[in-house]
Amino acid sequence: MLLAAWSLWHREIARFLADRPRVFSSVGQPIVFWLLFAGALRGSFRPGGLDYGEYFFPGTLAMVVLFTAIFATITVIEDRRDGFLQGVLVAPVPRAAIALGKIAGGATLAVLHALVFYALAPLAGVPVDLGSAALVFLVLVVLAFALTAVGFTLAWLMDSTAGYHGVMMVGFMPMLLLSGAFFPAGGAHPLLAAVMTVNPLSYGVALLRHAFYGASSAATAGLPSPGLCAAVTVLFAVTAFAIGTAVVMRRTARDVT
Amino acid sequence: MSPAQEFAIDAAGVAFRYGERTALSDVSFTVPRGAVHGFLGPNGSGKSTLFKLLATMLPLREGRVTVLGLDLRNAAAALRARLGVVFQSPALDRKLSVRANLRYGGHLFGLRGAELERRIDEMLEVGGLASRSGDKVGELSGGLRRRVEIGKGLLHRPELVLLDEPSTGLDPSARQELWKFLRSRPGLTVLFTTHQMEEADDADQPTILDGGRVVARGAPDALRAELGGDVLEITGGEPDALVAELRSRLGIESRAFGRSVRMQVPRAHELVPRIVEAFGARVQRLTLAQPSLEDVFLQKTGHRLMEDGD
Repeated sequence: MLLAAWSLWHREIARFLADRPRVFSSVGQPIVFWLLFAGALRGSFRPGGLDYGEYFFPGTLAMVVLFTAIFATITVIEDRRDGFLQGVLVAPVPRAAIALGKIAGGATLAVLHALVFYALAPLAGVPVDLGSAALVFLVLVVLAFALTAVGFTLAWLMDSTAGYHGVMMVGFMPMLLLSGAFFPAGGAHPLLAAVMTVNPLSYGVALLRHAFYGASSAATAGLPSPGLCAAVTVLFAVTAFAIGTAVVMRRTARDVT
Repeated sequence: MSPAQEFAIDAAGVAFRYGERTALSDVSFTVPRGAVHGFLGPNGSGKSTLFKLLATMLPLREGRVTVLGLDLRNAAAALRARLGVVFQSPALDRKLSVRANLRYGGHLFGLRGAELERRIDEMLEVGGLASRSGDKVGELSGGLRRRVEIGKGLLHRPELVLLDEPSTGLDPSARQELWKFLRSRPGLTVLFTTHQMEEADDADQPTILDGGRVVARGAPDALRAELGGDVLEITGGEPDALVAELRSRLGIESRAFGRSVRMQVPRAHELVPRIVEAFGARVQRLTLAQPSLEDVFLQKTGHRLMEDGD
């Protein structure tokens, strides 16, 4: 079980590194995003009194994790289409190992990507010290597991990458936009603010901000408490992982097509 | 030997339905240990369903199947470790090296470390891939890729290997190599599916399926001998008219298939000059051949293995 999961995890990383364009685009994309937003909004939008570049920095980290998780789990659909998955399903491997290997692989890539971007924090004027870096890392790990598990579950249930892109646009994009990554709930329309309250990713993004700034800071004013954020985020990860595993355990006719 | 030891597969009364559609009905067969067994049939004949049942991908609901002495119904998990399955669609990572692909394949069967590397080396050696082990799979020819695929399926030394349309995309010499390789594995039982009759000739005992039923089984030569006589095929003129005239003028029963007319007759060579004299220039081509498995299929089912335009 563990050998198989480790092997599937290793394969995810190896496949990613073998795909040069994917490496460059996935490292470059968040930088471009951050530069554009920070540059465009710096004069007009100062949420919580912060420079927008600084405000958007933890949000970009969440975005990196989300996007990497999505793109990493698209490989589930490719694996199914290419026949690789069939080969795994007829091997003496518990199905839970498939979920564990693929999700851990995607989550690892997501965290690595986020760390590459995180290394640019000083350039963005975001305060960094060893303590906060360790906390940020921890939050990224939990968040990456949660989002990769969600992506994995959806990808497992889908037949086409085009369909998955559709789900991404109507599901993941609003989830990201309404997570506090781009703007705080405080100034939003009450309806949107309500959605932000029930969006589990909001708590992940808030937890990131807590990790960056510590307990009492103007930058985290108005956010849910660190304890609540941590509880929701961990619960999000555990639930998503459990659902992903349960979905894989079901033997259906789709497994053989 | 008890039947369980004598046969790699012993199947009786196997049936399978996808909802309303019957894919297999009352299929029974045995595969002796060490044999190379082929299932020949057109698309929709049920051979893929049978393959998936044996590969433990579909649950067996009707009938009884013993594979390597294990009951397919309740020992699927134990069976997987002793089974090698090679699918028609390549399941390799094209951007990863040959060795990496084999390594990941081995892990799934619990192989690791030095033992795994040793087996990979051995497989690369017998597969003629030793010099390509570091190359990306995407850079290999179709034939070599197929060998990697099959090598991956054999790393854990299965007792039985199932191959779905194994020679798809292989040229004749690559196909020959493949069979030489498979037959060189000591004690290995091979079961494959195919819709190509030439490939079924590679089997010791092809089983011919059509419409979810077994229509014939036996050694290729025995199946051909059952037909008696040779096969004449005439191309030219209007096939239906030719059939009528063959009956009225020469007293020969024949059948029209597409643009040609076929007949199965003893001492066919004696008929050749008579046909040429009788029909003259209307005969564009006349071939005399030993019956093929295609003819066996034709005779048993009344239709061709591959319909025209298929």
